[in-house]
Amino acid sequence: MAIDQSKIRNFCIIAHIDHGKSTLADRIIEKTGLLTSREMQAQVLDNMDLERERGITIKSQAVRIIYNANDGNEYIFNLIDTPGHVDFNYEVSRSLAACDGAILVVDAAQGVEAQTLANVYLALDHDLDVVPVINKIDLPSADPDKVVEEIEDIIGIEASDAPRISAKTGLNVEEVLEQIVTKIPAPKGDKDAPLKALIFDSLYDSYKGVIVFCRIMEGTIKPGMRMHMMATGAEADVVEVGYFGAGQFIPCDELPAGMVGYVTASIKNVKDTRVGDTITDAKNPCKEALPGYKKVQPMVYCGMYPADAAKYGDLRDALEKLQLNDASLFFESETSIALGFGFRCGFLGLLHLEIIQERLEREYNLDLVTTAPGVVYKVHKFGGEVIELTNPSNLPDPSEIEYMEEPIVNAEVMVSSEYVGAIMDLCQERRGKYISMEYIEQTRALIKYELPLNEIIYDFFDALKSRSRGYASFDYEIKGYEKSDLVKLDILVNKEEVDALSFIVFAGTAYERGRKMCEKLKEEIPRHLFEIPIQAAIGSKVIARETVKAMRKDVLAKCYGGDITRKRKLLDKQKEGKKRMRQVGNVEIPQEAFMSVLKLDEE
Amino acid sequence: MNEGKVSTEIYIHIPFCVKKCAYCDFLSFAGNEELKHRYVSALIYEIEHRVYKPKVEDVTSVFIGGGTPSILQIDEIERIMHAVRRRYRILPRAEVTIEVNPGTVDYKKLREMHELGINRLSIGLQSTNNEELKLLVRIHSYEEFLATYDAARDAGFTNINVDLIGALPTQKPLTWRENVVKVAELKPEHISAYSLIIEEGTRFYALYSDDEARRQRGERPIALPTEEEEREMDRITKEVLESYGYHRYEISNYALPGFECEHNKGYWTRKNYLGFGIGAAGMLEGIRYQNGKDIMHYIESGPDISEQMLTRKDEVEEYMFLGLRMDKGVTMSEFERLFNIPFRDVYGETTDSLERDGLIEVDGDAIRLTEHGRDISNYVLSEYIIG
Repeated sequence: MAIDQSKIRNFCIIAHIDHGKSTLADRIIEKTGLLTSREMQAQVLDNMDLERERGITIKSQAVRIIYNANDGNEYIFNLIDTPGHVDFNYEVSRSLAACDGAILVVDAAQGVEAQTLANVYLALDHDLDVVPVINKIDLPSADPDKVVEEIEDIIGIEASDAPRISAKTGLNVEEVLEQIVTKIPAPKGDKDAPLKALIFDSLYDSYKGVIVFCRIMEGTIKPGMRMHMMATGAEADVVEVGYFGAGQFIPCDELPAGMVGYVTASIKNVKDTRVGDTITDAKNPCKEALPGYKKVQPMVYCGMYPADAAKYGDLRDALEKLQLNDASLFFESETSIALGFGFRCGFLGLLHLEIIQERLEREYNLDLVTTAPGVVYKVHKFGGEVIELTNPSNLPDPSEIEYMEEPIVNAEVMVSSEYVGAIMDLCQERRGKYISMEYIEQTRALIKYELPLNEIIYDFFDALKSRSRGYASFDYEIKGYEKSDLVKLDILVNKEEVDALSFIVFAGTAYERGRKMCEKLKEEIPRHLFEIPIQAAIGSKVIARETVKAMRKDVLAKCYGGDITRKRKLLDKQKEGKKRMRQVGNVEIPQEAFMSVLKLDEE
Repeated sequence: MNEGKVSTEIYIHIPFCVKKCAYCDFLSFAGNEELKHRYVSALIYEIEHRVYKPKVEDVTSVFIGGGTPSILQIDEIERIMHAVRRRYRILPRAEVTIEVNPGTVDYKKLREMHELGINRLSIGLQSTNNEELKLLVRIHSYEEFLATYDAARDAGFTNINVDLIGALPTQKPLTWRENVVKVAELKPEHISAYSLIIEEGTRFYALYSDDEARRQRGERPIALPTEEEEREMDRITKEVLESYGYHRYEISNYALPGFECEHNKGYWTRKNYLGFGIGAAGMLEGIRYQNGKDIMHYIESGPDISEQMLTRKDEVEEYMFLGLRMDKGVTMSEFERLFNIPFRDVYGETTDSLERDGLIEVDGDAIRLTEHGRDISNYVLSEYIIG
């Protein structure tokens, strides 16, 4: 059966985190009747365990559903799920490029938030028609009229007839379905033109190889064709094409222009199928690739080491497997004096880092020692050479450095007016450069700052939350590199430099960071037979010092009624503690200590 | 496996107290006369009917501990002693100890205890300072202790231990010295000097756990003595008691020549011992027993026994961490005789490294803790836990 392009609707749902995106997706899938209630897992689209636990969507996915509209026609809906987190901004933008419209979900109690804005702007950039939906109207604190006003005032889109729904209970979800039909345009594109398809995601399956998720812009893709990836240059024979059922792949004969679906080919590595790349027909190529492709660059790096040195090979295997599905994960082997053999890994952001770390620990059962994450610095040496520094230990001698640059982001914080002062203080403390502030309504302000990325990768979200009592939302995008006065802070434990504890820091805060780092390590490092000085130094100059006192005299306990078991437990515990230690010189350092720099701002 | 009859020590637990002391986390509580009576009956049933393999006959020592065993009426104590004798043979020179607290005994009761064959008293004094006794929520004053002590001597006890607890909140080395001197002046045959541990679930835990945490981190505590003061107190104990003729034979125990506590030494040297009563532990030929702690269960259905077969690794480790508590330490030859494996194959590296750090000394065949090793014994002993 030929597909009628005018009956296709390709759309995504965009929302601030927790505004109910995934729940609405579930309801839409349910209402269209392809799934029975029994088949519904809590959140159908999020099929990774980790995603469900964290309540976030990591990888974008898609589903094809059939809707019988009030006009009597049957429509094909391709719902493309987008990741909601700023770390995955580029992936979001590619997912949007695969759509013709977007449903904007706004929480009826919370109103417009920073990510709402960021996502809407992204959608508008891609010329999508945005259909606002007001969710959670069943909440006692819901104020849909006010939210309608907000959407119209702040975003500037018409919202008077926005469906007022409860995705949780299913109330008024039919209205959303009808508006998808009436307000989102059908795709365009000539199915007989040379093939031009956008890759918006891909995943590795051990049976099918790489599965490419794509939107056909022009032409038709079918099995037997030889396809060519225009940016990476890779070529492969198409084995299968199809669309997305709920949680499964359903093969079909061809995917014509306007459709969203998947393609499998004999590709072994997702690196060959970069998100944003254009697929064309190797024999009958299109003239030019789709715009906007860029190779995603890791923004945050850290060292990952196996707690047990013998597991180095296992860690490599695990990283390789994860990379099959995650082209943005970068790793290369490195060696640390303190931690032995491990890997320097690059991530899109801190959340991405945490997800990978957790998957390594859970799915691959690895016990990891992770060093503090850092950003990529540009080191300009005399003579014009520029080094992209991902590991503080590789910083050249200061005498060779002309200057250094660090990445800067454009940050937007949306916050209730009573916390404006607190948030501005926070941005100021984090070396922020004030750009602007506007009141988007009487009680809420949008604050714009330029912030160094390395000031926000650690605990900025947490600080933001606690200082605004949860009433601030935050979004950022990379602005570029700027010259900065940076130094490398070294940590000496018992007079020995511990390479894995070094970090790059803004010169103006080096003293304070050094002092806090020493205090933190003093708490983390257990007492030894001897006194252990902990020093922070810049070059050969010590700027802070703490001392871990020598081991304390034990208390002399009574041994009650021959209860040897109790005594043994105490000794076992003491011994067990030693296992999670790393020997540096003659000092045992707990594995957690290597992340200490992250906790410097805890009270 | 020993097919014949073996000898053993016996521990009997009496979980009753007049009231709970502020620092105590042992299995004890106040109980009415009826509960005590029912408990003793259950205890006697356990003593008379519990079957062990291999069969046990000779008993080298008995220790009635608690709680406060002396809170029992003398006829209850008599029933217990008779039960032990009906079932076991207490060897003629066996040490038979009962713990007593001042305020729960008088001359007559002590006299009757002595007549029952109890030949050693362990008196819980804890402090000679009445302020400190109040802080600990003890039921007696120092003067009442003195009366008990004199009565015990009059009743015929020639082997008496006095318990002291040091490192109390607000205590200073000088006040501790007074404690030690006063007790030494009385010349009991044995003195146990423990230091206060802030245990979870005690009244002291609520009051001082933060202070303790501070001290653990190496910061200056507010009420508890500082680490330096604690170390000083320990030094004082040893110095004072040695000047009075006592010697330290175990980490926290001092005795006049010939009066080391045989029962406790049995634990350190891994002798067999049977434990009766709730929460009591026993060990017989490589199997460890522990009775459940629920008194009603014990009274109504007997002990809820958990049993653990010690592995060779367990036994090897215990031999070391228990034996090293004693001043004379352990010997490699005994180790090899017991476990039939070269000592150095198991502990060569550990021992060398601890010796290098000055924590143990190897003296021919013997291995023992040094002064410094005794200070941080938990660390040293944990090194003898394998892997």
